[in-house]
Parts: sequence; C-alpha cells; structure tokens
Amino acid sequence: MSAIELHLPALQVVLPLIGAMLAALTRSGRLAWAIALVVTWVTAANAVLLVIQVMNSGVPISYVLGGWSVPIGIEYRVDQLNVFVIALVALLGAVVLPYAKRSVAHEIRPELQYGFYTMYLLCLAGLFGMAITGDAFNAFVFLEVSSLSTYVMIALGRHRRALLASYQYLIMGTIGATFYVIGIGILYLITGTLNFADIASRLPEQMDAFGRPAMVALSFLTVGICLKLALFPLHVWLPNAYAYAPSVATALLAGTATKVAIYLLLRIFFSVFGIEISFRTIPIGQVLIVLSVAAMIIAAVIAVFEENTERMLAYSSVSQIGYITLGIALANQAGLTGGLTHIINHAIMKTTMFLALGAVVYRIGTSMLPNLAGIGRKMPLTMAAFVISGLGLVGVPGTAGFITKWYLVLGALEKGAWPLVAVIVASSLIAVVYVGRVVEVAYFKSPSAELADVKDPPLSMLLPILLLAAATLYFGFDTTWSAEWCAQIATDLLGGTS
Amino acid sequence: MSVIEQFVSHHNYYVTILLMVSGLYIVIASGNMIKKLVGLSLFQTSVYLLYLSPAKIVGGTAPILDEKFQVYSNPLPHVLILTAIVVGIATISLGLAIVVRIYEVYGTIEEDEIFSSDGEI
Repeated sequence: MSAIELHLPALQVVLPLIGAMLAALTRSGRLAWAIALVVTWVTAANAVLLVIQVMNSGVPISYVLGGWSVPIGIEYRVDQLNVFVIALVALLGAVVLPYAKRSVAHEIRPELQYGFYTMYLLCLAGLFGMAITGDAFNAFVFLEVSSLSTYVMIALGRHRRALLASYQYLIMGTIGATFYVIGIGILYLITGTLNFADIASRLPEQMDAFGRPAMVALSFLTVGICLKLALFPLHVWLPNAYAYAPSVATALLAGTATKVAIYLLLRIFFSVFGIEISFRTIPIGQVLIVLSVAAMIIAAVIAVFEENTERMLAYSSVSQIGYITLGIALANQAGLTGGLTHIINHAIMKTTMFLALGAVVYRIGTSMLPNLAGIGRKMPLTMAAFVISGLGLVGVPGTAGFITKWYLVLGALEKGAWPLVAVIVASSLIAVVYVGRVVEVAYFKSPSAELADVKDPPLSMLLPILLLAAATLYFGFDTTWSAEWCAQIATDLLGGTS
Repeated sequence: MSVIEQFVSHHNYYVTILLMVSGLYIVIASGNMIKKLVGLSLFQTSVYLLYLSPAKIVGGTAPILDEKFQVYSNPLPHVLILTAIVVGIATISLGLAIVVRIYEVYGTIEEDEIFSSDGEI
C-alpha cells in the first residue's frame, strides 16, 4: 500500500482541520468557500477510498496515532459501521457546499462569511473524528469540536432569535457532553482503559463486582448522547436551532450531526457494553421504545401545526429520529437494519428538503407557510424535489423511506410487537398531513403578485437539490448501498462485540 | 464502616455530587443567562473532581522514573482533565460571547424578558 493509503483514517480528520485553519486565515468569503469546496470534495474522495479499503480488507482497519500501540495510544478504528457513517457525512458535506456559496452570500454578512466556512469545515472535522476514533475520551473532544462550531454556525443566522437558539443549544449540548464524560469516567474507573474495544473486552469480567457502577455509566452515556441526537423529550433545542440557523447550516446539521450521535449510541450499546448488558440487565430497550414512539407521534403532530416550514421540518426530524432509535431499541436483525438504513435515508431526504426551503428563502426571503402560496408553479424543480423527499418521509413505495419502514415493520413483527406496527403507520399518516399542507399551499393556491418573477434558483443551488432528490428515488429501488449494506452491519453488531 | 468513616474517606465524592447537582440546578432554575453559564461551569468542574479524586494516591508523585519514588499517582486522568478544562474554557467563552451578542440585540439577559419581547420561541 502506498503512503497515502496507509494514512487515510488520519487524513479524513486532518484535511478538514487544516482546511478550517486556512479558511480562517483568508478573511475572504469567496476564497474560504473555494478552500472549503476543495477540502470537502477531497475528504469525500478520501471517505470513498476508505470504504473501498474496508470492503477489501474485510477486517476493521486499526490506525495508531503517533505509533503508540493500542490501548496505550489513541487508535482510529475503521469498521463497516463507522465507515458507513463517515462516507455519508463526507458525501453530504461535499454535495451541500456548491449550494452554500450563493445561499451564504445571501444570508450572512460579507465580513462573517469566511467564519461560516471555517466553522463548516471544523464541524466536519469534529464529526469525522467522533465517528472514526476508537478512544472514548477522544470521541468527547471531537464531540465538542463539532458542537462548538455548530453553535457558532447557528448564531450566524439572520434572525436575532438565532442567538437564543444557539445559546439554548449550547447549554443543552454541554450538559449532554458532560453526561457523556461522566459515563466515560465511570467506565474508566471500572476497566482502567479508554479504548472502546479494550473496555468491551474487560467489562464482562468486572460486571460481578462493579455491575451497578457500569449501569450508572450506561445510563449517563445514554442520556448524554440522546441529548445530542435529540431523542424526544430531550429535543427542545433542535427546532429553534434548525429554524433560525442559516439554511446551509441547517441542511448540514439535519443530515449529519444527529446521525453521528446515533452512531456513538450504537457503538456504546452494541460494541462497548454488548447487547447482553445494554438491553437485558436494565430496561433501556423498553425505555427507548416508549420514547421513540412518543417522538414519532407527538413530534409529528406538533409539525402539523407549525406555520414556519423550517420548524415543521425540524419537528419532523425529531419524529424521524424516533424511527431510528426504534430500530435500535428493537435490537433484532430487521429492526436494526431499518434503523441503520434510516440514518442514510433520513439524512438524504431531510437535507434535500432543507436545501429546497433554503432555495425558497433565497428567492423570496421567507419560509413561512402562508407566503409559499403558489410557489410550486414558480419554482417547479425545487418544489418537485421537496415533494419527492416529502413522499419519502411518508414512506411511499419507490422512495427510500419505504425501505426503512418496511424493515422496521418486519423488526416489530419479529419482536411480536403489533402495536408498534400501528404506530409506524400512524406516524406515516401524520407525515402525510404535514407534507400535504405544504403541497397544498405550494401547488393549489395561486401565487401572489409578489411572486410574479420568482423562478428556480441558479444551477449551483439547484443541482445539489436535484441530485439528492434523485438519491431518494435511487435508494428506493436499489438498496445495495443502503439496506443491504446496513443488513450486513446489523449482523456484525448483533453478532457480538467487534 | 460507620457512616462518618464512610463520609470522611469519600468526602471528595460527596463534594463532587454536591457541585454537580447544584451546578445543574442553577442551569435549570436561573433565568439569568450569565448565571446559567456559571452553573454550567460548576457542573463541568465537578466532573474534573470525579476524574481526579480516584487518580490521586496519597503520598504519590508524578510518574518519574527514579529510584527515590515508589508511589505514583495515575497521570492519565490528570491529562484528560487538562483537555477537559480547555474544552470547558472554549465552551464558556463561546457562551459568554453569545450572551454579549444577545445583550446587544435584546438589551437584556433575563430569559423571561427576552421571551416576552420576542414571543415564545
């Protein structure tokens, strides 16, 4: 293997980190965007190479930083699960960036634009780091890198409430991260190590003596990470953060930030504690199922009554995250496959929808529902992409969302949990209502005079939207890279600690 | 072991728990944005104590390879907490910066006044 190939795991994190510093030095929005464009596409290519490498080798890649052997040094460990998350984040980060140029120029003051791109890259670096590292404390540091840059991006929003949303998220996010550190601290006291795989191998023999502290650690970790992934009822930071952040930031966060937190939860449940301890000794599975069901129904109902479409989609995100955690909580092959597949499907669909709304904001300056009357006729391609993704959220056959729900229903049936099937169907029906409201206003009302010369956004914004909408359809038919891959990951996760 | 013995030998942990819950309480109960951050900082700091208390060994030195020293404190938690302190500083300073901006646009840092001037967010 060439030198580059050997260092792919480190480059995945280092490239955006260096890019962020360069972007900060430019002090010019245009230059910073150019740097970010190059860096995100190179990291995306890097992630694809990493996927190929993991697929070819068949075993997890272990990369030791600074040559310190595991478990003394920090290890970057790349296996099927996290390379999947990394590839998703990298590709979304790259696809969104061409769109960012005009949208950011429109929404953020010129002298602050380079700062936005710096934070964008820093956030990506943090997310990659969280996903790739095999060290529990290192994951915390990267979690904070991504969170802090996220707070800044949100605070750059055009409305003054963006500041409040950012502050709210900072408080909640820090509490979540601190809970995570407490959990890791207790685990370290029990096992004397911070390496995920090492903790996993030492934990079972300590369970007799330190069973109770281990449960405390698991609880702290679960609550802390669930705050970051916005599991109902720990989601209160999310709607405002998504609604008032710049459109590009929302699109990026909706697709990536919560997904990486979900990855961390999977890592803790399945790789570190193992399915036996996570789900059998204390009823975390049951608690998660109840909260997921609450999220799927309650958040969806709130979404129906939202007038601000971005807030509506944010509540819809909370509801969709419920699907993912439901899949995790079912903890069987089909359920977990559904949950994992929804990570990628939801990321694609929600990013498309937020990008489409961002394009609407770019053209008419607002995303309030009453102002969108007739927008479907004025911006046909943008809204078509919105509707396709909306159908995906509902779970119409032929879209990516259907695949997810299919597996989730299978998982629920396998578990013998008939009521859950009803909940999945009910939540989908509520999704029909909130997506339908936008469709009704956008297509069946006649456009006001103000919208007379509104048209689809420029190509640099339109292409990413259409590309992602096409991906929603593609993953509805060809599941090689979504459900089939996820099924394999699910088998690995359920098969034991790896 | 009597209750008193238990308390004295574990007093670090009692202090940790006290700091942790009082910090969290301030974050939840206070409506003043600066006070909230103070609470948050207290909460974070308590975790430093949680890491450091078990790592310190009475009479132990830093891990220096020398015949004169036999008892060492565990250096790893100390290093981790150094990192955590840096993260804490970054978080609190970003939080304070946001509060400054909020004060600039709203003219107040009391949450209830902001909500009443801006509607429920």
